Amino acid sequence: MKVSRRDFLKATGVVAGGLLLPTGSAAAAAAGATATIFPLHKRMGEATSVCPYCSVGCGVLVATDVYGHIVNTEGDPDNVHNRGTLCSKAQSITQLSTDPKRLRKVLYRAPYSTTWEEKSWDWAIARIARRVKATRDATFREKDGEVTVNRTEGIAWLGGAANNTEDCYLASKFARALGIVYLEHQARLCHSSTVGALAPTFGRGAMTNHWVDLKNSDVFLVIGSNPAENHPISFRWITKAMEERGARLIVADPRFTRSAARADLYVPFRSGTDIAFIGGLINYTIQNRLYNEEYIKAYTNALTLIHPDYQGPDELDGLFAGYDPEKRTYDPATWQYQTEKVRVKVKERDASGNEVEVEKEATVPKQAASLEDPHTVFSILKRHFARYTPEMVERICGTPRERFLEVARIYCATGAPDKAGTILYAMGTTQHTVGAQNIRAYAILQLLLGNIGIPGGGVNALRGESNVQGSTDMGLLYQDLPGYLGLPTVKQPDYQTFVAKYSKTSFWANGPRFFNSMMKAWFGDKANSQNNFAYDYIPKRSGDYSFMPMFEALHQGIIKGMFVMGQNPFVSGPNARFEREAFANLDWLVVMELFDTETASFWRAPGVNSAAIKTEVFLLPAAAAMEKAGSVVNSGRVIQWRNKVANPPGEAKEDIWILDRMMRAIKAVYQGSTAAKDRPILDLVWDYGDPPQAERVAREMNGYALEDVKDTSDKVLVAAGGVMPSFATIASAANPEAIACGAWIYSGYWAPADDGTGVVMPAARRRGQNDPGGVGTHPYWAWTWPANRHIIYNRASARPDGTPWSEARKLIWWDATQKKWTGYDVPDFPITKAPDAQGNPAGTSLAAQSGTDAFLMKPDGKAWLFAPSGLNEGPLPEHYEPLEAPVANPLSHTQFNPVVKVFDTNRGQDIGDNVGAPDRFPIVCTTFRLTEHWQSGAMTRYLPWPSEAQPGMFVEISKALAAERGIRNGDLIEVVSARGAIKAIAMVTARWQPYTIDGRLVHHIGMPWHFAWQGIARGASANDLTPHVGDGNTNIPEYKAFLVDVRKL
Amino acid sequence: MSRLAMLFDASRCIGCKSCQVACKQWWGLPASETTQVGTYENPTDLEPNTWARVTFHEYEANGQFQWLFLAWGCVHCTQAACVDVCPTGALKHNALGFVSLERELCNGCGYCSQACPFKVPRMETVNLLTGEARASKCTFCQDRATNGLTPACVKTCPPGALEWGERDALLEKAHARVEWLQSRGYDQAQVYGETELGGLGRLFVLTAPPEAYGLPVNPQYSTLVASWQQVVQPLGYLAVAATTLGLAFNWLATRRARLSNIEAVEPDATEESEA
Repeated sequence: MKVSRRDFLKATGVVAGGLLLPTGSAAAAAAGATATIFPLHKRMGEATSVCPYCSVGCGVLVATDVYGHIVNTEGDPDNVHNRGTLCSKAQSITQLSTDPKRLRKVLYRAPYSTTWEEKSWDWAIARIARRVKATRDATFREKDGEVTVNRTEGIAWLGGAANNTEDCYLASKFARALGIVYLEHQARLCHSSTVGALAPTFGRGAMTNHWVDLKNSDVFLVIGSNPAENHPISFRWITKAMEERGARLIVADPRFTRSAARADLYVPFRSGTDIAFIGGLINYTIQNRLYNEEYIKAYTNALTLIHPDYQGPDELDGLFAGYDPEKRTYDPATWQYQTEKVRVKVKERDASGNEVEVEKEATVPKQAASLEDPHTVFSILKRHFARYTPEMVERICGTPRERFLEVARIYCATGAPDKAGTILYAMGTTQHTVGAQNIRAYAILQLLLGNIGIPGGGVNALRGESNVQGSTDMGLLYQDLPGYLGLPTVKQPDYQTFVAKYSKTSFWANGPRFFNSMMKAWFGDKANSQNNFAYDYIPKRSGDYSFMPMFEALHQGIIKGMFVMGQNPFVSGPNARFEREAFANLDWLVVMELFDTETASFWRAPGVNSAAIKTEVFLLPAAAAMEKAGSVVNSGRVIQWRNKVANPPGEAKEDIWILDRMMRAIKAVYQGSTAAKDRPILDLVWDYGDPPQAERVAREMNGYALEDVKDTSDKVLVAAGGVMPSFATIASAANPEAIACGAWIYSGYWAPADDGTGVVMPAARRRGQNDPGGVGTHPYWAWTWPANRHIIYNRASARPDGTPWSEARKLIWWDATQKKWTGYDVPDFPITKAPDAQGNPAGTSLAAQSGTDAFLMKPDGKAWLFAPSGLNEGPLPEHYEPLEAPVANPLSHTQFNPVVKVFDTNRGQDIGDNVGAPDRFPIVCTTFRLTEHWQSGAMTRYLPWPSEAQPGMFVEISKALAAERGIRNGDLIEVVSARGAIKAIAMVTARWQPYTIDGRLVHHIGMPWHFAWQGIARGASANDLTPHVGDGNTNIPEYKAFLVDVRKL
Repeated sequence: MSRLAMLFDASRCIGCKSCQVACKQWWGLPASETTQVGTYENPTDLEPNTWARVTFHEYEANGQFQWLFLAWGCVHCTQAACVDVCPTGALKHNALGFVSLERELCNGCGYCSQACPFKVPRMETVNLLTGEARASKCTFCQDRATNGLTPACVKTCPPGALEWGERDALLEKAHARVEWLQSRGYDQAQVYGETELGGLGRLFVLTAPPEAYGLPVNPQYSTLVASWQQVVQPLGYLAVAATTLGLAFNWLATRRARLSNIEAVEPDATEESEA
């Protein structure tokens, strides 16, 4: 960015200061004071970057000293997200750059050694490559039964959410080329259930709206999140809405939080009862007819008819039809749509190339004429949620009936077409055995109220890490590939079966093209249409390789070697004592980090006999965010490019350099091999320059033309070597095999684009300020996936006829004169498809969908109030208690999610997958984060300022519990669960109150989970207490509701 | 020219401590070794290396619970006792409306920290051998402010709870905010700092009475500071002699300032003994 000092001062001066400088001695004399002007005592920076902590994506201006180390940071006033403001963590970036504890050398720990020793990069890389080869060769499996799977379960990969997207893309490519299936990272632990819920409901798994859009909301329902704490800059936009639009802020949380301090209405509810709470709101909306009927009829499957044999929990005591108690799974046969066959006329070309009209038969979902038909989704929904009365909400959640009804009155009023309500949620929602269904409940409520696709609405997943969206997009989860293409499973033994999984009647019909182009990017001409795009070069999965199964496999000794790129599972993993024990089974461990974390130093943790641990550990010093180039994707899917603005300390290196060196070394040790299993490594396209350039990785992710890309009329769309302007080119090209594209959803992010002033640059670098309509879209600021659409599903921001729901809520609309969609955002819809366009049921891709099918990633073009597929525990959310609950489920005899896997390794032993009951552990406990720290503390607990502001572990307890147990504020107490015991300082507070659950008094406490034994700010780890049990779809651990007891020490 | 001021609007504050750390960042102030003692507040007091901090208060009235946050630091009084007692001119009223501090002029006498009705200035020992000290406090980022920039804490504040501008305009805004807050159910919302000690340079919009935030209800300019001024000032240049005398006792005075708990020292008694 070119900013003159003068511009900078203008921008940062903000207010009167600059205009009010004393202009002469008169001013000074008048005040009887001096007019001294003090010179700035240090330099302000003008190099732009993006904060590496949470997912708001705040701009930072950085100043460096002669060594390239950061000496000052300021908020970037031009960044549309933060406009010059920063939180306390971002203010500590200076220390992140200069702290003496930053790793400066490669450290090596030999088997059974008690110390680190310094090594050279060359030595370490060469040794790592040999260890990888030995482990891979010993554990590689070419077949699972008859199916070629080409995978190794002996090597695992963990981490990436704090890395640049380009690092993550390379990590994905690196791991899959090796055949790694245990590929996981932070997203499993924070928002995997978000993707698991939103993708089946809307078609994509991401936050629907974006940070700046919060200013457009009328009512905020903050539930399962604490944005004042974890996303402080969000309050810039929330405050703006409250003051300028009179927006109301509702905070529903087990405790009175920093966010609650600013709320119009705080409402308590017990951890783990979101479905009951939101179910109550859904019921209130339906009973009082507050839903937007026109919206749900046009844009959701409300009118679609479900199988007549469908039965729900209202009839089956908490279960859905099709449950197999032995297998703990469902047969979803009766959850399916009723279908009918229609005969349609379609135009085709005959053998001689002439266009002819032929009649075809197509099967389509059957729709009712009225919502009231007993088999419609809407009727089922109505019956299902009728049980969620305010009285039931009070019994389950412990929320006083009147306060619940106050929430209902305020929030459900946003069903009016000119009102927008938004739900902001995070880990309080996702980390439950019903995590995905919690989010489903939010989505259903928002759909009923017509709050999806509109400014100020949405189901907004607040991501926790600066690039967890990007790392997820790059497929760093066992079941995925970049762009959510899905890693093949053993049930897809060949390419044809695999590509058949993509729906034919949504935009996913282009899935095969996107997959093929990714394989071209990875394996070049070794992947082509003659060899099924080298389908067997990537591994196939047979089971669940997610985070907890990974640690179970570590415990069993299946995993022998492991890469950890910027993740600290020793603090963040559930049942952490068990997971630490499992780690000692590793033969080798490679950690890429900024600091010597608890994970890197697991072999010398308190109480561990180092001399008994065989693991060989390589601790590779990595560059921090400011010290390397690449992109980060914020929660609102905005991909912002960060330049390298500082130097890493000592011999620390960029992650892509480390990955590049490791892959080169691995290729070298496999050189000359003729084994089929080694072809993916040897044939892997790996050419990013030396040293590797993030820009070259970006080009590959974006997609480029291997030869001229042409349309059907032989017109050149992109000349050989050029970058793809959009995934639409991949979808429409006549010769798609000419395209290599590593991550189709990012197609366009690295393409040349105008920044709104006529200056052209790679789209993700843009800093344009234009904001058409003032709605906060900022289409020239960086680049937002998909296709620079900021509010996804924005077709629904207009009525079915294409006019905006209200003038105040205008976003996109149909321009009948120009015959196209226009407005303030890029339409998430075919731009020339008229509102009255008919879908062709026999057509493929979007041709199958009509002018009101606003959810174009769904096979029927509709958002799913009822999900016939995609969720394991049922098509609708049903309240189940957490695995560890203080009461019997008041709603049914189905106590907890009937499909979850409860791990039971070493149950009954001191360290094991133990489960507690309320007789011994009567208190409900949850965990939370603090604004001063970040996640496992790996980038804050080592820094003096954040550590000073929050120096150690504590437990928040109510005054009533304190009185009962004789605990005073500041006392050291012990908290015990079935997994372990920790000591912490008691914080006795009126912010916690006991609950009355189903007529019984239940105490509820909470504690932060940042702490562990290394760094400056130390303390016991909350995750020593949390259980090994996960959500029924994505196995996100249930960190947020478990049972404990407390006692004074 | 109008006076500049800072407005802290407690009804916007989210207690995120960004102001606290931004101050440390801009001024390069080291962290203290703190411990968790059962509070979100850390450090637990202003220190020579902590000029801004956020305080946390649980408050309940009429069945309404509030968690109050206060961004605290020097309030830049119009009747600034610290300026009046400062023998070296290290503390001065700046024409922009704040109390500046030139540490190179400070002799470490500690009068300011003892005279301040808000107990803001803290003495930092700069020489362990001699016990020599320097005063430290928030200066509204005097270098930024006099170069047309906003103070670091104001600029960083995520919800805009801290604002910087002409005092008159901020006061007007503060009163409008109070009215708005009262309409939203905060019936105890009020402005603090408008008239206290001649008017503070740091204005507050509060959602509860000042004492709920730990603020003095009616802060007083010490009468002894006033009378001391009345004696000293007419004597004019004799102050130089007093300073010389003071220097003779410098070692003792600074040593005491360092060793004693400054908050516990009765300002009046100190003035008497020095006089």
